[in-house]
Amino acid sequence: MADFAGIDFLLLDEDYSDEELISRDTVRSWVSDRFLPVIQEHIRKDGSFPMELVPEIAELGLFGANLHGYGCAGMNNVAYGLVMQELERGDSGLRSFASVQGSLCMYPIHAFGSEEQKQEWLPKMAAGQAIGCFGLTEPDFGSYAQGMRTKAERKNGGWVLNGTKRWITNGSLAHVAIVWAQTEDGVRGFLVPRGAAGFEAPDIKGKFSLRGSVTSELYFKDVELPGGAMLPDAKGMKGPLSCLTQARYGIAWGALGAAMACFEEVVEYSKQRIVQGGPLAAKQLTQAKLADMFTEITKGQLLALRVARLKDEGKLHHTMVSMIKRNNVDIALTVARNSRDLLGANGIVDDYQAMRHMVNLETVRTYEGTHDIHTLILGEHITGMRAL
Amino acid sequence: MKILVCLKQVPHQDARLDVNGDGTWIKEDGIKFEINSYDTYALEEALRIKDAGEAEVVVASIGPDRVTQALRTALGMGADRAVHVNDAACQGSDALGIAKTLAAIAKEESPDLILMGLMSDDGNASAVPPMVAELVGMPSATAVVATERSEGNIRVERELEGGAVEVVDVPTPCLLAVQSGLNQVRYASLKGIMAAKKKPLDVKTAADLGVADAVGTAGAKVKIEKIYQPLRGEGAEILSGSTDEIVSSLMNKIKELGLL
Ligand SMILES: Cc1cc2nc3c(=O)[nH]c(=O)nc-3n(C[C@H](O)[C@H](O)[C@H](O)COP(=O)(O)OP(=O)(O)OC[C@H]3O[C@@H](n4cnc5c(N)ncnc54)[C@H](O)[C@@H]3O)c2cc1C
Repeated sequence: MADFAGIDFLLLDEDYSDEELISRDTVRSWVSDRFLPVIQEHIRKDGSFPMELVPEIAELGLFGANLHGYGCAGMNNVAYGLVMQELERGDSGLRSFASVQGSLCMYPIHAFGSEEQKQEWLPKMAAGQAIGCFGLTEPDFGSYAQGMRTKAERKNGGWVLNGTKRWITNGSLAHVAIVWAQTEDGVRGFLVPRGAAGFEAPDIKGKFSLRGSVTSELYFKDVELPGGAMLPDAKGMKGPLSCLTQARYGIAWGALGAAMACFEEVVEYSKQRIVQGGPLAAKQLTQAKLADMFTEITKGQLLALRVARLKDEGKLHHTMVSMIKRNNVDIALTVARNSRDLLGANGIVDDYQAMRHMVNLETVRTYEGTHDIHTLILGEHITGMRAL
Repeated sequence: MKILVCLKQVPHQDARLDVNGDGTWIKEDGIKFEINSYDTYALEEALRIKDAGEAEVVVASIGPDRVTQALRTALGMGADRAVHVNDAACQGSDALGIAKTLAAIAKEESPDLILMGLMSDDGNASAVPPMVAELVGMPSATAVVATERSEGNIRVERELEGGAVEVVDVPTPCLLAVQSGLNQVRYASLKGIMAAKKKPLDVKTAADLGVADAVGTAGAKVKIEKIYQPLRGEGAEILSGSTDEIVSSLMNKIKELGLL
């Protein structure tokens, strides 16, 4: 298979450092060589993640790659973003796996955990020997997560956890669940180990989207946890929201990877496909679609790169992440839909990637703050008024 | 033990190549480069020896600024040090000029083993490795597909035409030019890539190495007369359609021509 080339219309490669480019190109080759050959089968058969690749992903250093210490690679945010782009070029499920492990699980332990919690979990998680999941969403509370009903009550110096989380990526695979729950002093995060009495994690079946990723429910019935299970430094909704800012940042890059995968495929296809005496690519309507895709992807790259540099300089505001998550996922979905369309009937089978990316991106549009929720965040930033 | 791995950065295998203005080489602007595939096997072989015990792996390359990316990649994969001959005077060197430059590095480093790829993906000449061996006075073997080390010796299997294998003993220090597929090449890890930033990368000129007269178009004994794309012949037919359609029309053609 020809290696993926991506788009670099504005010569952004000149703006990247050697280690940023080497990181990107290394992950790019790995995805082509090791991931793409197996994903179709996983998606067709049972909708599962290729767990056999986890040791390789860990060996590459992709878990918590922008965290420092505890066995993490300590990449800057540009390299991290490029890595997320390459993973999602493979499949949104692959990028989700890395996002959940790194941004939603390792990040809160790194940022809010006790030294003991960090020592216990981070090296194992970086090495892929322990998998994490992030339990925020509940059946009745998604966008309005602060309404959560799951609660933790103090008992004998420890805690008792009750409630249900739903739509939890890697729930049934996880060795540790980061669970956000109401307590007497607001929302707090808890580390719940797999196998704790009263904790179950059945999978959600019948997904059309993100089939290369496991999604579960988490049930907690009188789950007893030691006092040390709580993340000491995460108080209130700021804890989970700061994790989401990290993950959303990676998604903004990842979406570009999915978009470029679709774009590259459809350009090639439209050159080969002969309709009415000539290549599909030589029709004006096709070229208009391709020109739009090309432009939107390039604009998305500029947004992502600028925000990445600001993040590295410590000047990031979470509303910037809202803008790039919202924009880049939106354009990626449009690119995927138009690619699917140009592929005609071929576009609905899994020998082509477009429809897989398209249906995946429906999830990506919904999770980590829906498109509309990010619209409202930007709206509030502009007007100073919180809209409902 | 010290191992010197010589590697070349070549146009990416999927790069679209055009001939340059004066028809003597390809246009290099705007194309992606990568480490010559044969050289990655040489590097992997060196890293395996390093992993198995005490060895220092030094990588060396000749070429413009872009070559630092190839060297940093090698350092990210686990090499310890890099030497980069970055000198405009080397532009247009022939194989002997390159071999003399690499031999000068080898003389400075005095490695116990030099590993190189059998050929380069772009030049395809297979000329440099035996020349380097000769210049530094080391025995060498080419087309190496397996190695087994013992005290003072490396037993290598060489691939011969028609799939036969030749087994030869090469006393160390020696130079081996490896065939592709010798091993499974590792990926650089992100941690390795970060660590590579701090590893030494020495930049040298041809004059530093005492080979200024041997390099560049001036020093070259072989001059490239012309590079061109062969003209498209008549009679080729490109089949299109789905895989199944292509296969069945190909089968029909073969039958029509009475080849089956
Ligand atoms: C495959 C998958 C994996 C996931 N993984 C995880 C995970 O690992 N951990 C986790 O905690 N969660 C996860 N989620 C859950 C995800 O974050 C939620 O689905 C998301 O936050 C949206 O919540 P909801 O589904 O309840 O939708 P709702 O909040 O009910 O939203 C439905 C619609 O209403 C709109 N809406 C909501 N509120 C407003 C408003 N105030 N004004 C206007 N419109 C509004 C939304 O934009 C949307 O269009 C996952 C989801 C999926 C599909």
